[in-house]
Amino acid sequence: MRRDIVSSLIGIVVLTILLGLVYPLVITGVGQVAFPGNANGQKVYVNGKLVGSKLIGQSFARPVLDKQGKAKQVEGELVTEPDARYFQSRPSATEGGAYNAAASTFSNRGPNDKATEEADAENIKAYLELERPYDPSLTIAQIPVDAVNTSASNLDPEISPANARIQAHRVAAKRELSLPVVDRLVSKYTDSRGLGFSGEVGVNVLELNLALDRTAAGSR
Amino acid sequence: MTLAGWFTIVLFVVILTALAVPLGTYMARVYRGERVFLTPILGGPERLLHRVLRVDAGRGQDWKSYAKSLLVFSLAGWLALYVILRTQNAFFVPHALNPLGYRSAPWNVTFNTVSSFVTNTNWQFYSGETTMSYLSQMIGLTVQNWLSAGVGIIVAVALVRGIVSRSGDSVGNFWQDLVRTILYVLAPLSVLAALVLVSQGVIQNFSSYLTAHTITGLTQSIAMGPAASQLAIKMLGTNGGGFFNVNSAHPFENPTAFTNFFEMLLVLSIPAALVFMYGRMAGNRRQGHAIYGTMMVMFLGAVIVAYVAEAHGSPAQHAAGLHTHVIAGSTGGNMEGKEQRFGIAGSALFDVVTTVTSCGAVNSAIESFTGIGGAVPFANLSASETIFGGVGTGLYSILLYVLLAVFIGGLMVGRTPEWLGKKLEAREIKLAGLGILITPLAALFATALAVATRSGRASISALGKGPQGFSETFYAYLSQANNNGSAFAGYAGFIQPVAGNRGAHGVTFADLLGGLVMLFARFAPILFALAVAGALAGKRVTPAGLGTMRTDNTTFVVLLIGVIILVGALTFFPALLLGPVVQGLTGHLY
Repeated sequence: MRRDIVSSLIGIVVLTILLGLVYPLVITGVGQVAFPGNANGQKVYVNGKLVGSKLIGQSFARPVLDKQGKAKQVEGELVTEPDARYFQSRPSATEGGAYNAAASTFSNRGPNDKATEEADAENIKAYLELERPYDPSLTIAQIPVDAVNTSASNLDPEISPANARIQAHRVAAKRELSLPVVDRLVSKYTDSRGLGFSGEVGVNVLELNLALDRTAAGSR
Repeated sequence: MTLAGWFTIVLFVVILTALAVPLGTYMARVYRGERVFLTPILGGPERLLHRVLRVDAGRGQDWKSYAKSLLVFSLAGWLALYVILRTQNAFFVPHALNPLGYRSAPWNVTFNTVSSFVTNTNWQFYSGETTMSYLSQMIGLTVQNWLSAGVGIIVAVALVRGIVSRSGDSVGNFWQDLVRTILYVLAPLSVLAALVLVSQGVIQNFSSYLTAHTITGLTQSIAMGPAASQLAIKMLGTNGGGFFNVNSAHPFENPTAFTNFFEMLLVLSIPAALVFMYGRMAGNRRQGHAIYGTMMVMFLGAVIVAYVAEAHGSPAQHAAGLHTHVIAGSTGGNMEGKEQRFGIAGSALFDVVTTVTSCGAVNSAIESFTGIGGAVPFANLSASETIFGGVGTGLYSILLYVLLAVFIGGLMVGRTPEWLGKKLEAREIKLAGLGILITPLAALFATALAVATRSGRASISALGKGPQGFSETFYAYLSQANNNGSAFAGYAGFIQPVAGNRGAHGVTFADLLGGLVMLFARFAPILFALAVAGALAGKRVTPAGLGTMRTDNTTFVVLLIGVIILVGALTFFPALLLGPVVQGLTGHLY
């Protein structure tokens, strides 16, 4: 018994140092040297300013301004509306505003829950209101599920190609670009399946929107 | 459902098997003390660790002595982790390792968390990025990811030794086995896996959280941290506790469809390899193949049901008018709580991989699975870790079922049951029976207590929403009893008004009941498994005769599957009916 206690105490201390300090520090060291971009979260800069991470989804809504030109707030939270010039990410229900990447949460919406139906119906309505003016033939049957359902992390950086194709109508109109130009960009930023077969095809929204900004600037 | 989805599932099984066979052979050599290719590098550190830990590595231990070492070591780990988590913002912790100045979680949540990580459960009432400092994640949680996995594996090794032993009552040496597991099995795989993950985009840094200014004029705060090192051992050791709150759904923990595939392989590699190791050590590889076949049949069944159910969509989606069939450029199906990059197949497969094992990592929200899709993880847990199971836990759990199946088979043909040449007698059967019943007992008792009391209802987020509230509660205790750790994440044991634990408090009832369930359902079966090892170790081996029932053919596989399903169904069917089955059968919304 005493031998076990002695070995256990020494064991916990020694193994904590080896597995809890040496191991993570070695991985950090190698990771920072060999894959610095990936180890630090694939940050995206525009003109030297950090605008987000390629992997972390974000909201492309803009603050609503009041009459004085200040950002409007209700109970401390920013009031926002979708910025129609950009592709919009999936709905997100993180606490403290959509796409809060300091506190990821599941939405935990049950499959037989009235609240889920209400949230879905609301998202369908918002989607149709935003897209239909630019794509009059859009019907509810064409709306892809990812445009309505929240993701698991609520930080999904991608949308489905079907979702992007619908939004392309609006973005093209707002930016006075032709639809084929925007569609080409969508295709360019559509990731193929991992290893060619696994997972789903998706469009990285931040990369696509940044590419749009570059295109618009160039064509002006 | 798509062709690519089915192809992913098939390829996964093929690659898994191709990896597990050589790994199993390697592990058999390691635990028999033979030379392996890493011996020249690791032999020195191994001897050094023995000296530092003051262990007499050559000394064999009988099952009681082995169990005593295991319990003392686990208790020491428990106390150390409790102290680490409760002092995470003490004055001696450097700022760089707690950059956001997070306070410790309250005692009750910490009791739950500590019990959870020491038992390889990794049930999480807390949220990683708003509760834990980098130091706590590293020297606290990561360390127990390693140690609890190691303990699980060596219990299985000890049981196998007992089964195949030809003389004496030794089942091995606890310390020697532990050191070998960490050095020869977990360390090489974990370092390799962590580096692969970093190369694919899993973060590994000590920065403070980032603030980004988005192109539409918003600000976004982004959590950082040393995630890859913890993630690698979390998957490999079937621990499952996420660095971030949303676990393997978080893009920094699982950035691509490739990492998703890779992480699933990590989860199943050791549980699958152990089965082949058993065949090797038993001197008859077909013994391992029979168990692998049993596990694989049940595994595939679960995957198919989950994929089909999730691809169908949920009643809530349909009621809202959403169309859930596959259209060009969209997966269709129930995408509520699923990531675009994994899609339906990648989510369903991951869900099954982590609930048949005791991993419990999630890449999609189980609470949002459809009734039948959500019944799959329930069914997997009801099989009590016999479908691959946790590292080590899976093998010793199914071996107890094998014992029971041999006994039942023996009764059917009217002969004394024999297993690998050893006669099974009342003592072993009693011990195995008790070992099998502990987990269901703990799960059902705790669920009943939690739904019947006011304090238990405080944790339910879907309260008053029909069967979902019951499902949440039942899943919580079933998961904790199976040391799994996945959750219908609406079930709460920690109220945290703001990040950093200011004004946070735990739900004492759920925290304590869960913690006790995890401890009991981890260590009681371990003791029974070791006791069986001890009882079998000393038995004489007699050559198999004509009338001996074989345990390495298809007939036995069918019998074993029957026994596992029978025990699971008899125990859990009434409770399952009240939750997921009702939801699966109705289109009604609550």
